[in-house]
Amino acid sequence: MHSELSVSLWRGGADGRYETYNVPQRESQTVLDVVTFVQRHIDPTLSYRFACRVGVCGSCAMTVNGKPRWTCRTHVTKVSHGGRLEIGPLENLPVIKDLATDMQPFFEKWQGAKGAFAPTKTRHDAIAQIRPDTPARMAVDAAIECINCGICYSACDTVRWNDRYLGPAALTRAWTLVNDARDGGNTARLQAIAGSGGCHACHSHQSCQQLCPQALNPTAAIAGLKRRTVAAYLNREIGA
Amino acid sequence: MNVRLYIWQRATAAIMAPLVLVHIAVIFYATRQGMSATEVLARTRGSVAWAAFYGLFAISASIHASIGVRNILDEWLPLNERRAGVCAIAFGLATALLGIRAVAAVVLP
Repeated sequence: MHSELSVSLWRGGADGRYETYNVPQRESQTVLDVVTFVQRHIDPTLSYRFACRVGVCGSCAMTVNGKPRWTCRTHVTKVSHGGRLEIGPLENLPVIKDLATDMQPFFEKWQGAKGAFAPTKTRHDAIAQIRPDTPARMAVDAAIECINCGICYSACDTVRWNDRYLGPAALTRAWTLVNDARDGGNTARLQAIAGSGGCHACHSHQSCQQLCPQALNPTAAIAGLKRRTVAAYLNREIGA
Repeated sequence: MNVRLYIWQRATAAIMAPLVLVHIAVIFYATRQGMSATEVLARTRGSVAWAAFYGLFAISASIHASIGVRNILDEWLPLNERRAGVCAIAFGLATALLGIRAVAAVVLP
């Protein structure tokens, strides 16, 4: 183990640059620990985002040595090259300052994919009984643990090339709702994701599922949406 | 790409998959038999079956490829969707024209 890490951090906005800091290396040190050390001990003007520090909130994702990672659960020893770390903001999102990106486009695309639950009952109705072993519920299970960290969105080539593309996270969210027996918004949802920028724009490169910290598989969810939208189109439930 | 273009691209791929295999088999057969161009043309000219086979192949390929070209133009060039679509339609028509012309050359008596 090196006694000191050479850490390059992105400083400034979109036209910023990397600046290098020396940070003591410690056992079981996470990338977020490194960033926090710089802010607490070297430069308090460093901006970054985090909240829970235990892999629940999805706030602390950054680009670490070229790949998007959840920094609070990424150990330095797993990603550093010869004691070097390069830490930048997430790609495919506007940089606010330093390591903090503007997540607004990410969540706007959730809305574009009709990612909000559309209830079919009121509080006066009985609670829906959904067996956990039904195929639809199991499909939901495979996608429901998304923590909205934006790593898949940052890793996605199609997002980079096509700014209309809704992205893996929004489409995975749509897949959970498409399989939710309680939801009543599927016609509008399938219509929204069947158009340009929807699920059919995905090239199945699978960077999303390779880098998802929750080990989800957005590519599989998107493949499911492709099948569902094709069926809905052929049944004339939706248009092109 | 929207769902309609997706279905067209997948459907034409499904049509072409067996046609490609037959096409490759025909090439192997013709070369292993040492057939000359004259001998090949003697079998294809006036054949409705070969005209239908390669006609379907040429049309499917032009539809399939033009949708792919539309995607490439849309993702890689600063064109809007409409312009990418117009360019892709022009590409598809040109490809279909060249393909059908080639088919006509080997099947018309």
